[in-house]
Amino acid sequence: MIPGPFSYHRPASLADAVKLLADLGDDARPLAGGHSLVPMMKLRLATPAHLVDLHDVADLKGIRGYGDTVVIGAMTTQHELLASGEIRQTLPILQEAAALIADPQVRYCGTIGGNVANGDPGNDMPALMMVLGANFRLNGPGGERDVPANEFYQGAYFTALEPGEILTSISIPVPPAGHGYAYEKLKRKVGDYATAAAAVVLTMAGGKVATCAIGLTNLHETPLLATDAANAVIGTSLDAATLKKAAAAAEAIMAPAADARGPVEYRKHVGGIMVMRALQRAAGGTA
Amino acid sequence: MNDMTPTREQRTAALEGMGCKRKRVEDIRFTQGRGNYVDDVKLPGMLHGDFVRSPHAHARVKSINAEEALKVPGVLAVITAETLKTVNLAWMPTLAGDVQMVLADGKVLFQNQEVAFVVATDRYAADDGINKVEVEYEPLPPLVDPFKAMDHNAPVLREDLDGKTTGAHGPRKHHNHIFEWTVGDKDLTDAAFRKAEVTIKEMISYHRTHPSPLETCQCVCSFDKVKGELTIWGTFQAPHVIRTVVSLIAKLPEQKIHVIAPDIGGGFGNKVGAYPGYICAAVASIVTGKPVKWVEDRIENLTATSFARDYHMTTEIAATKEGKVTGLRVHVLADHGAFDACADPSKWPAGFFNIVTGSYDFPTAHLSVDGVYTNKAPGGVAYRCSFRVTEAAYCIERAMDILAQKLGMDPAELRLKNFIKPEQFPYHSALGWEYDSGDYHTAMRKMMETTDYAALRKEQTEKREAFRRGETREIMGLGVSFFTEIVGAGPSKNCDILGIAMFDSCEIRMHPTGAGIARMGTKSQGQGHETTWAQIIATEIGIPADNIQVEEGNTDTAPYGLGTYGSRSTPVAGAAIAMAARKIKAKAQMIAAYKLEVHEDDLEFDIDGFRVKGLPEKFMSMKDICWAAYNSVPPGMEPGLEAVSYYDPPNMTYPFGAYLCVMDIDVDTGVYKVRRFYALDDCGTRINPMIIEGQVHGGLTEAFAIAMGQEIRYDDTGNVVTGSFMDFFMPTAVETPHWETDFTVTPSPHHPIGAKGVGESPNVGGVPAFSNAVNDAFSFLGSTHIQMPHDFWRNWQAAKNLGAVA
Ligand SMILES: Cc1cc2nc3c(=O)[nH]c(=O)nc-3n(C[C@H](O)[C@H](O)[C@H](O)COP(=O)(O)OP(=O)(O)OC[C@H]3O[C@@H](n4cnc5c(N)ncnc54)[C@H](O)[C@@H]3O)c2cc1C
Repeated sequence: MIPGPFSYHRPASLADAVKLLADLGDDARPLAGGHSLVPMMKLRLATPAHLVDLHDVADLKGIRGYGDTVVIGAMTTQHELLASGEIRQTLPILQEAAALIADPQVRYCGTIGGNVANGDPGNDMPALMMVLGANFRLNGPGGERDVPANEFYQGAYFTALEPGEILTSISIPVPPAGHGYAYEKLKRKVGDYATAAAAVVLTMAGGKVATCAIGLTNLHETPLLATDAANAVIGTSLDAATLKKAAAAAEAIMAPAADARGPVEYRKHVGGIMVMRALQRAAGGTA
Repeated sequence: MNDMTPTREQRTAALEGMGCKRKRVEDIRFTQGRGNYVDDVKLPGMLHGDFVRSPHAHARVKSINAEEALKVPGVLAVITAETLKTVNLAWMPTLAGDVQMVLADGKVLFQNQEVAFVVATDRYAADDGINKVEVEYEPLPPLVDPFKAMDHNAPVLREDLDGKTTGAHGPRKHHNHIFEWTVGDKDLTDAAFRKAEVTIKEMISYHRTHPSPLETCQCVCSFDKVKGELTIWGTFQAPHVIRTVVSLIAKLPEQKIHVIAPDIGGGFGNKVGAYPGYICAAVASIVTGKPVKWVEDRIENLTATSFARDYHMTTEIAATKEGKVTGLRVHVLADHGAFDACADPSKWPAGFFNIVTGSYDFPTAHLSVDGVYTNKAPGGVAYRCSFRVTEAAYCIERAMDILAQKLGMDPAELRLKNFIKPEQFPYHSALGWEYDSGDYHTAMRKMMETTDYAALRKEQTEKREAFRRGETREIMGLGVSFFTEIVGAGPSKNCDILGIAMFDSCEIRMHPTGAGIARMGTKSQGQGHETTWAQIIATEIGIPADNIQVEEGNTDTAPYGLGTYGSRSTPVAGAAIAMAARKIKAKAQMIAAYKLEVHEDDLEFDIDGFRVKGLPEKFMSMKDICWAAYNSVPPGMEPGLEAVSYYDPPNMTYPFGAYLCVMDIDVDTGVYKVRRFYALDDCGTRINPMIIEGQVHGGLTEAFAIAMGQEIRYDDTGNVVTGSFMDFFMPTAVETPHWETDFTVTPSPHHPIGAKGVGESPNVGGVPAFSNAVNDAFSFLGSTHIQMPHDFWRNWQAAKNLGAVA
């Protein structure tokens, strides 16, 4: 539980951070809240020779609403998400999910950027980003580019981030007023990653589901968008048979690992249950 | 008397003696970050040691190369078994009569076993060094399942025992066999089973878990070459025993060893035994001439130092059709891991597991225990219980429920029918114990009335019908547990550790101004001894508890004692405290008689001093007597007011209690909710009700954790899969249920103040209550026994196996 030796850098601007990462090469890692990276370093599963701390880069902070989109700086903490009036109004599902991440101490430090850039299938924010159709802005030696959340995740700890790139912000289209949402997360205790979790954002029209997106957390080596499951509920009033169909469609794409949370069969089964419960709760909350 | 004269009530209250909810005096420093723990000890020039550990469960160690490690800046030495052999310390004795490798000697026998000790100028350098030590292993087949340990083709684990057909506790049947221990009358028991109208048989496992105190095991060793003295600060539940063990194995004169146990952040049995870290830090200090600190991290603590339980108990009960028990037969397969490092009194290889007849009047019983080696960490310690008493309580309480189910009787009714009756005490159990006192029926009935048990059963019946009709996916369980513990080890006639009788001690020294200091052979790890010990003295001698300083843990100043574990502090040291106080009081009475110019027999003790019988105004306070003890004692009497007592208890004490857990389980996810938990404890005389309540809350929380998910689990290759708090279930305040506590008082007849001990009762009684609740919930679906732990996925699995989920 003692990390290996490393040097610590604290650039004051984005340009400096990008340059430092480029100069230091593969042995350097950005440091955000440190609540995924530092535990890995203590186990020596990660042994970066250089840490580039992003805390002094002012450009990476802040939550700004632009009417139909919300832009969240990568260094925004989970606590700041929870405290934001803007997020409460436009993206309440982010607050629901943030409150289910770890504990207050972790949430004071852990950032949304770190959470989505980490690439750990256990992180809660990535599936939400997919459901909400978020775009990630990346900045690196090759300049700036945008990558949709849907195309970002390639495998466990494998993302579209190129070496030396920094995730600077996340822009999220604001879902229509009156939309229903739910994040159902089954975990063993406070501070645990999901055994299975499902994110749902939907709209209803005339008692029937008009639009729906379903995301899954920790049920595959990447977060998943359960498109077939979402399609199965569109046009229905979410009767029992439809819910079962959606759960089955979602289970069909799940491939969780067996771990102390339970065997594969269990995690898929409760994954299906989370989908059903999230759909029901989301529908119940529509206006 | 004028209005200002305090009333008797006021004088009693001013003492804050027994029965007072006195606030914990130690909390003043703990809550302000002013505690002094081992890791707070920082000495000039102090070095840090840490271990290279085995990644394999079973492997031959072909070579260890420390060359690169010694090049790491700050690394000063790498100690291996070869180094230790030069001082004859490559192996050490265990408390259970086995021997244990200090560092891997030729092979490793469990994952994370200590292989080499790297000593460096700081902890970081030590860990960098660890990563540079090259160890070449040749993996061997691991033995993980204890049920396969005695297969004829099972791998040989302990090559050092080759050809040894006898162990510390008798004959060994197999190369992986440690001991067999039998108690009771086999023929009579077999006959009871032949005649039985009803029998049950079930293999009840109590899985492997870990005490996991907040503070891990640690020490600082400092050897003074000039004086030839070794000082050890350590997380020791039994500092004097550690001093004696060190003296015996390191061949140092005992007076030259100073063991200091400062504040301890929880022990729960984890800090009774001796670990390789202590030996290596001591040797490193002797080799380098500098103080050496060793501090375990959490993963090391969970995977290497002392697990608990891992008992697999095949249990049979014989009974009549009416539900009267007629016989008990239990066979235990005990998994001790690679070395038998059980922390039991020496003559008891399975602890006091023969309390397994519980609270019931079994006319006959027979018990046999087979201990085996496997490729797992060594132990099993008594995790917040008197030796193997939790296992025994779980075994009998689960079995009684299984019998009730078979008979179609209510589990509470079955217990009431079979309880030992109040008039049967002192009661001689079929497996050899003499229960001191008890009133089980009253406690059980109080539990049933307070919780409205009958209404809960009715609700359960309705819920089951609703479940069958498909109206709910939730099932409800009632977990009844009625436990009897055996604590307070113990009488010298049956208890010793390495030949030292398990007495305990107290020394009280009163100062002239009516204050005093008291020292004991016990060692608080959070139990609040500084508070409660002073309360006993306050009531006994009439000096306010606030005026009594309590000190423990320094072997140079404290009288010899066997330490704190197995709920022995109050039953044994608590008695020594009362006895020492009574010696003080006796001398005080002589001084008072002299000063009041009456005969001693004409005096009576009255709250805080002595009074002449029939002459209420002729009174001398204890405070004044203290002063007189230092200037005007009767002619011929030595001045001063001090006493020492070494107390060898005549018997153990037998606390008991009635618990009820009400639980709801969602069959689709296996998620449970503890709706209600009621705990009635009878620990005899209650010294500090607030501390008792705190102990009960803590013990119940541990019981909840153990029953509902906490385990040390190994995969088939011997890797620990629950080696950190991510997977080893440590509940937070959010998961922890609300506890309702209650009590009855049945004093121990042989204890000077009638106290029995309570620290461990809730863990002992709590686990069966939780497990019985889960089992009771599922029973109507056709199950008889579901093994612990009952975490979410296993509950779902149970529901699935019973056809309750598709
Ligand atoms: C006890 C505990 C429980 C937890 N439980 C949960 C949980 O239930 N759900 C959950 O989602 N998370 C959980 N976490 C993780 C927590 O949310 C982390 O804070 C988060 O995963 C990472 O964010 P961070 O800011 O701490 O990033 P860091 O740990 O600093 O970084 C994580 C990774 O992302 C990279 N990185 C960080 N920021 C950037 C950036 N701007 N651009 C490019 N790369 C970047 C880092 O180099 C590193 O590889 C838990 C953590 C702990 C300690």
